[in-house]
Amino acid sequence: MTCFIKPHHDDITQTMWQKIDIVIETNKYTSGAIITVLRECQEIVNYLPVELIDYIADGMSLPRSEVFGVVSFYSLFSLKPKGRHTIKVCTGTACYVKGIREVINRIEGEFDLKEGGTTEDRRFSLECVRCLGACGLAPVMVVGEDTHGDIAAENVIKSLEDYK
Amino acid sequence: MSKLTLNDLTKIRKQTQGINTNPNITRLMICGGTGCHATGSIKVKQALVEEIEKKGLSDTVKIVETGCNGFCALGPLLVVQPEGIFYVKLKSEDIPELIQEQIINNTPVERLLFKDPATKKRIAKQDDISFFAHQMPRALRNKGQIDPEKIDDYIARDGYIAIVKVLKEMKPDDIIKEMTTSSLRGRGGAGFPTGMKWDFARKSEGETKYVLCNADEGDPGAFMDRSILEADPHCVLEGMTIAAKAINANKGYIYCRTEYQLAIKRLKIAIKQAKEYGLLGKNILNTGFDFDIDIYQGAGAFVCGEETALMRSIEGKRGMPRPRPPFPAHKGLWEKPSILNNVETFSNVPQIMIKGGDWYASVGTEKSKGTKVFALSGDVNNIGLVEVPMGTTLRSLVFDIGGGIAKKRKFKAVQLGGPSGGSVPEHLLDTPVGYEEIAKIGAIMGSGGAIVMDDKTCMVDMARFFMDFIQDESCGKCTPCREGTLRMLQILEKICEGKGEPRDIKDLEELSHVIHQSALCGLGQTAANPVLSALKYFRNEFDAHVIDKRCPAKRCIAMLKFEIDPDLCKKCGLCFKSCPADAITWKKKEVALIDKEKCIKCMSCFDKCQFDAIF
Repeated sequence: MTCFIKPHHDDITQTMWQKIDIVIETNKYTSGAIITVLRECQEIVNYLPVELIDYIADGMSLPRSEVFGVVSFYSLFSLKPKGRHTIKVCTGTACYVKGIREVINRIEGEFDLKEGGTTEDRRFSLECVRCLGACGLAPVMVVGEDTHGDIAAENVIKSLEDYK
Repeated sequence: MSKLTLNDLTKIRKQTQGINTNPNITRLMICGGTGCHATGSIKVKQALVEEIEKKGLSDTVKIVETGCNGFCALGPLLVVQPEGIFYVKLKSEDIPELIQEQIINNTPVERLLFKDPATKKRIAKQDDISFFAHQMPRALRNKGQIDPEKIDDYIARDGYIAIVKVLKEMKPDDIIKEMTTSSLRGRGGAGFPTGMKWDFARKSEGETKYVLCNADEGDPGAFMDRSILEADPHCVLEGMTIAAKAINANKGYIYCRTEYQLAIKRLKIAIKQAKEYGLLGKNILNTGFDFDIDIYQGAGAFVCGEETALMRSIEGKRGMPRPRPPFPAHKGLWEKPSILNNVETFSNVPQIMIKGGDWYASVGTEKSKGTKVFALSGDVNNIGLVEVPMGTTLRSLVFDIGGGIAKKRKFKAVQLGGPSGGSVPEHLLDTPVGYEEIAKIGAIMGSGGAIVMDDKTCMVDMARFFMDFIQDESCGKCTPCREGTLRMLQILEKICEGKGEPRDIKDLEELSHVIHQSALCGLGQTAANPVLSALKYFRNEFDAHVIDKRCPAKRCIAMLKFEIDPDLCKKCGLCFKSCPADAITWKKKEVALIDKEKCIKCMSCFDKCQFDAIF
């Protein structure tokens, strides 16, 4: 097992640490696996605190600076905690042409939320993402795993009501 | 399962064909692409299963969940085979009636059929719908025809026959010769001849070589690759294996966007099945040839669609491009000779091997052969995935296949090539689809995103939108792209806010020129294209913004007054009903009025007003 000392972190439980160790152990000897490791660890913890990034870097025998560089480069990785539900609003061309801007305005106004931010009660995080490739349903929003197509400023708040 | 021999393969093909083409068995092809999943096809499938069971039809009716059918906006879709009856927008409640009428009484359910937007008539057969009638499926030939999670279905449609031919009868030179004859060019957008690319890599020295598949489909408005991976993953695997044989590689990677989870799931299943059959992995078909494929998930960086950046990303580094030469064919992934082709390119390869390069090159224009898949979206009636022969005009694409502009509005432009492309105006719509032809009019073929825009679209705002995209996705390595696109964005934002000055347009042109000449990779070099094409064809809109401080399409909020023109207002009250801030007062037969104190400028009323009465 990975023998580095685990730093204390409020958001990472003992079970999570065990899962993280398994991920590192599985990928340790595969070159280029760092992005996979970071992605899987983020799925476990829901974001990547700096302490965790350092721990992963040590486990993968990579310089901490290099791993931090990878984290900050890719938009998938988040250094800040996310809400229970992540609202991904597609800002691809088709969605833009069909009025996603109005939808975003409405969400921001209703939940006092800014793009890239999280509500105070950690209910929602709002992300504007690049084309989700579901242009046939434009405008599109993904909440958690659910894709909502053909959304409009009038009905978006109603679609979000079920996510508590 | 033990490894297959050629005889086994032929046997599976015949057996599955027998089942799949049996005229006594009705096949219900329910679309299981991402689009239809989102609109509820999983529930519809469940309802179908239950109803078939209930009515005791299990012996004569088979339910097949296919990949993306292509007509995404009308999902969930169902095609009844062999008759080819096409149902749209199904709900699980519709299923009992559908089974009773279609299957038991053999009469199509009129209300669930496709309604032609122009003639308002219902059309029963898929082949009679103009959206499908003008297409020529080659890369997409299996879409909607097979269950992508069953390798036998693929084999029944001549799948993996090409591998047998290539591994048993052809030498690398023969493969490359066939590819060169086909004149297939890179479908990712740049259009580099595939045969030539493979030839370079084949001649490169080195024991380790790589075949890479670019499934990092990042262009906004493009979903061709995802649909191919979801509908027909095996053809991509087969295409990659043929490429591997041609350049003598033993390892391949598919670099796929992490957002495409359904595609990744189906690819994983396909790889597992191909390995079980001995069509992938060690000693393929007992020919002594080894080839293995791994899936590598991207992490959300648009620039990773650029070939050198993609390779850095697989190496686990920041996905930044590097200067070429050396070209990847000599020094690619981990400094080893590599080829990178796009999903659509690979999906064309197996058929070229079976039917020959001459067959492939039999359609198309002088320099662009074969077919091209487009993702048609935006303000067009028929939204979805289409495949047309090269040489088809853009007008045919938008009006014959796309069914014209939605909501009776007017056509303004079709945007091709995403953030590296440009917008084509009405008077150039007769341009045929082809790499050179499209480049000549200031756009690029690109990966195939075609976004149709109506007269409500502001071209200055679109130019700003694409620049915002590029600026956000610029990796920051080279100064022209990092700083130049930022400066261009600032100027465009200024114009959209109504603070533009005449010299801004000159500055935009000058910056475009400098960035094009000096940026490191394709992303930067083409970053200014959307702005240049907008300036070229929609100069009057820029002038209206800069000189008259007016946005003709009424999209730039800073230049809107949020007032209602009493002469144009038809007193319908739609704006009143759509306002979330109670800022509009309206009574029957009276002109509506906007209270500017309460108005939150959300644009809902602008969208709802059919008469352009709000300004």
